[in-house]
Amino acid sequence: MAVSERVIVFAELAEGGGLTKLTLELMGLGAGLASEPGGELEAVLLGEGIAAAAAELATLGARTVYVADHPSLSEYNPDTCMEVMEKLLREESAFTLLAGHTPTGQDLMPRLAFALEAGLVTDCVDIEPGSPGEGPVFVKPVFGGNALASQVVKTPQRMATVRARVGSAPGPAAGAGEVVALDAPAAEPLVKSLGRTTEDRGVKLEDCRVVVAGGRGMGGAEGFHALEELAALLGGAVGASRPPCDSGWIPSTAQVGITGTIVAPDIYFAVAISGSSQHLSGMSESGKIIAVNQDPEAYIFKVSDYGAVGDWKQVLPAFTEALRGYLDS
Amino acid sequence: MGLNIIVCMKLVPDPEGPADSFEVDAENKRVVVHGLPPVANPYDENALEAAIRIKESAGGTDPVKITVLIMGKTMSKAVILKAVATGADRAVLIEDDQLDAQPLDSHTTATLLAAAVRGLEYDLILTGRQAADTNSGQVGCGIAQLLGIPAVTVARKVEIIDGTVRVERVLPGGYEVVEAPLPALVTVSHESGDLRYPALAAIKAAKQLPRDVVSLAELNGELASSGLVERVALAAPSRERACAVVAGETPGEAGRNLAQRMHADRVI
Ligand SMILES: Cc1cc2nc3c(=O)[nH]c(=O)nc-3n(C[C@H](O)[C@H](O)[C@H](O)COP(=O)(O)OP(=O)(O)OC[C@H]3O[C@@H](n4cnc5c(N)ncnc54)[C@H](O)[C@@H]3O)c2cc1C
Ligand SMILES: Nc1ncnc2c1ncn2[C@@H]1O[C@H](COP(=O)(O)O)[C@@H](O)[C@H]1O
Repeated sequence: MAVSERVIVFAELAEGGGLTKLTLELMGLGAGLASEPGGELEAVLLGEGIAAAAAELATLGARTVYVADHPSLSEYNPDTCMEVMEKLLREESAFTLLAGHTPTGQDLMPRLAFALEAGLVTDCVDIEPGSPGEGPVFVKPVFGGNALASQVVKTPQRMATVRARVGSAPGPAAGAGEVVALDAPAAEPLVKSLGRTTEDRGVKLEDCRVVVAGGRGMGGAEGFHALEELAALLGGAVGASRPPCDSGWIPSTAQVGITGTIVAPDIYFAVAISGSSQHLSGMSESGKIIAVNQDPEAYIFKVSDYGAVGDWKQVLPAFTEALRGYLDS
Repeated sequence: MGLNIIVCMKLVPDPEGPADSFEVDAENKRVVVHGLPPVANPYDENALEAAIRIKESAGGTDPVKITVLIMGKTMSKAVILKAVATGADRAVLIEDDQLDAQPLDSHTTATLLAAAVRGLEYDLILTGRQAADTNSGQVGCGIAQLLGIPAVTVARKVEIIDGTVRVERVLPGGYEVVEAPLPALVTVSHESGDLRYPALAAIKAAKQLPRDVVSLAELNGELASSGLVERVALAAPSRERACAVVAGETPGEAGRNLAQRMHADRVI
């Protein structure tokens, strides 16, 4: 007999206050996993002044939306967040809790998993329904993306963090779920924030249809101006492998890869990037991949659709100029 | 008084190795690594460097003692030597043949490491943000949870100020400064800085330092025969594509031809 799935989505808010795109994707993914008769989808949302977002979750297929709305939750704090989540879930017999593989998800879920003694799979690139009783099969990259491991969670409380684009936003649901208020955290957190310093990220790489990425072979910050020109022409954004970010040629928010942003644009340019598995893990789902590299043996050519061999300083201006001609005509 | 720092370091096959050195053995659900030496997990080297900087800034008045804790079946002399030569005062190794029978899940790993930590003195525990083989990022917070101490993740800077640990946590587009009382655990990211190179004299001296070897039996750590998570299959990623490499007499011509080809194929 199929064990009915109770799926709970840990929802997150974007800077503007609405639900993140990834949260919508998790709702779609969760609805699929809970689609067996008797299965149900729920959501939990923590924050301050979040009634509208909670109401939206209730229209996205969640039967119950648990909401903790309190000033102490306005920004993510591990201790306050843990208090609320542990209290909500400790007594629950069986569920699958899905969170985004985001800074918050990566910080919260391991703590919660160890507190509950629940099995957790992080960085899932796929979740398959699996066989009855065994629960879903969680697929994640290991060895920097050189292998994909399928894992099952043997505890009745199951947890996973999930990458962007694994699920897709759900269609309209019939009726609205119920919103249930949770207690605000009571304990003083041990970990205290003394303030944040963040710059506005502007366009989000993960939302762009074209990404023009440069690697160590760009040689410096100036190289990235040439990429910006091409990106501007195609209405895309500039990305990078890790070395340019480490060297400060471009802000670290541009990093694509297993420890950076995961992207899947229609077109991905990999310029002077060798194609390490950690980088590929963040962009190999792209529609078309175009490589420019002076080393004809570079691995990036094996994973690309188009390539040109040569110094980017010569290839790229000629390419950009020719392209401008086609686009203008 | 003094301050005791434990740095958890894992040995992993060099993550910068070429893709073809990692062979997927689907039948045994294992990755077979060809021709790559074990290295310290890069983030764990960052964690050691963070510990050494704390030691340096404390000066002589309030001595800091650094212990590296490594668990694995095979140890790398080179990694241990480098750790000790750069600034660790002691190496504690959990060695056991059983450790390689199965890839341990995060829960089992954290349980064993927490048991080892309980037998040591500690004020601050540093781990890497994630291991390059598991890509998991659970063991650090797991140890903290098992020990019941606060944890801060993804640090780009770690300082000790008046008995508290102050951490700059990496956030998208910036960072957050947080503080936690000691003892505490911090997971370290590469932004915090690369491990320095050891001086030659220090390498020589490091060879003399005794290593403490702990067996699983001493930790009461029966290898939980079954962890909480079980691997049921392992596959190679399907990443390779048929690449049209567009030629040209010169790189510039190749660039122009590439644009033409992509336009003809209606990619652009
Ligand atoms: C745990 C871990 C996590 C990591 N996470 C990430 C991640 O998220 N994202 C990421 O990108 N990396 C990550 N890395 C780093 C990764 O392993 C590689 O080191 C990195 O991706 C290499 O970047 P690259 O291709 O730009 O540089 P290189 O490998 O040095 O390649 C440079 C390429 O540029 C070419 N080149 C040089 N000059 C020119 C020129 N003038 N014209 C044309 N081509 C030229 C060369 O032929 C070469 O192929 C991670 C590493 C570890 C250990
Ligand atoms: N076998 C081990 N020995 C020592 N430290 C480890 C071991 N496994 C994991 N760690 C530590 O835990 C961190 C996170 O590992 P993981 O949760 O597997 O990604 C690593 O960066 C190490 O600091």
